[in-house]
Amino acid sequence: MIEFTTWDILRNLLLAARWTVVLSLVAFTGGAIVGLAILFLRISKGKAARVFASGYIELFQGTPLLMQLFLSFFGLSLLGIEVPAWLAAGIALILWTASFLAEIWRGCVEAIPKGQWEASASLGMGRLQQMRHVILPQALKIAVPPTVGFSVQVVKGTSLTSIIGFTELAKAGQVIANATFAPFTVYGFVALIYFVLCFPLSKSSQFLERKLNVAHRNH
Amino acid sequence: MSLIEITEVRKSFGDNEVLKGIDLNVEPGEVIAIIGKSGSGKSTLLRCINGLETINAGSIQVAGAQLATDELHLKALRLKVGMIFQGFNLFPHKTAGQNVMLSQMVVKKTPKPEAEAMAKKMLDRVGLGHKFDAYPDELSGGQQQRVAIARALAMQPVALLCDEVTSALDPELVQEVLAVVKELAAEGMTLLMVTHEMRFARDVCSRVVFMHMGRVHEIGPPDEVFGDPKTPELRQFLGAQH
Ligand SMILES: Nc1ncnc2c1ncn2[C@@H]1O[C@H](COP(=O)(O)OP(=O)(O)OP(=O)(O)O)[C@@H](O)[C@H]1O
Ligand SMILES: [Mg+2]
Repeated sequence: MIEFTTWDILRNLLLAARWTVVLSLVAFTGGAIVGLAILFLRISKGKAARVFASGYIELFQGTPLLMQLFLSFFGLSLLGIEVPAWLAAGIALILWTASFLAEIWRGCVEAIPKGQWEASASLGMGRLQQMRHVILPQALKIAVPPTVGFSVQVVKGTSLTSIIGFTELAKAGQVIANATFAPFTVYGFVALIYFVLCFPLSKSSQFLERKLNVAHRNH
Repeated sequence: MSLIEITEVRKSFGDNEVLKGIDLNVEPGEVIAIIGKSGSGKSTLLRCINGLETINAGSIQVAGAQLATDELHLKALRLKVGMIFQGFNLFPHKTAGQNVMLSQMVVKKTPKPEAEAMAKKMLDRVGLGHKFDAYPDELSGGQQQRVAIARALAMQPVALLCDEVTSALDPELVQEVLAVVKELAAEGMTLLMVTHEMRFARDVCSRVVFMHMGRVHEIGPPDEVFGDPKTPELRQFLGAQH
């Protein structure tokens, strides 16, 4: 049997952690873009758009992420579309992230007083102009802490993609634990790396929230 | 043709009919005070005129722009009438100057230097040229309301709708806002204002509209309306003011 040094274990885990970071970034960026689109539908004037958006949100928040991963990986291949694990993982995580971000942001948009909509409308602005220049800049400020806070969920969510065979941190941990017969050390490191990734995020979310509460000046 | 033509306007919220057939024509340069009890539909009428509420029947026209529900018609209408709100509704993330510049640049596509010059001019006009770079939360209520007036004026409307523009202000700040409104009236701006300032209505307005239960119950020059009220409802309303 080959001997693994602690450094070997850690080095391999860190290499795999790169994919956790990449997948998190992809999920978060893609999720933000899709989430913004869902947000616009969710608060649009058209009933059909609103119904679609809330249906989307219910669906992706109301089913486990694990099932969404299975469906996008196995489901698509059943339909004859072969998707590699990384693609299936990316798609499922993006859609899942989008549903949560859209809902978080809707709350922020609705927290903006009605008078802001009315004043900008009475000045002749169209709906998109109101959003772009008046509503979103104000909503963005209150959206930052919960959005950063949710990014922790995204990082942890990527660990589920190990199930469909995508080799990120959790999957690498599994493989290395099996090879080294040192599960406690290996999973200890895995947990530690996740913590190192997530802790700054949740701390900065708390910090931003405090800062925002202290500075009640709105600019 | 009148500047503002309000014909047979009806408005309901659910099965609560708030405006029950309003007819009102306003000539250019007229200053109209709208008075009446709480809930008589004064705010709703103003909000209908610039399309913040959709009407159920009748028609509204301002300087040839017809009220309709689509964004294009609404925009054309809103370029003609500005609105000043009780709660100021300045954009808190923008300075006084930026508040006045924003809609010029976004809606009218005015180039920035011109929008800035216009903002300076309008802020000067309401006596706040020196507050160009102040954020709304650095201004008093009276100053905020004057910025809101400058913001509406910068769009060069033909008429202004004012809904209890001094009601949210501390008593000592009321006069500075009324002074600005009075000056606008003197310069010939057409004004439709819901107000509880009876003395102001008497001094400045050309006509007074008394609304009661969703109708124009009495209308006339201030001398007549205040000096010789015809209906018991108006007499009672005026009696309750003191
Ligand atoms: N968005 C709304 N939904 C339902 N009912 C409304 C709405 N806005 C106004 N109303 C109702 O319409 C009626 C007239 O309201 P409006 O605000 O026009 O009165 P007002 O004359 O301006 O009163 P005040 O002097 O208190 O401002 C009231 O009975 C009010 O409850
Ligand atoms: Mg009112």
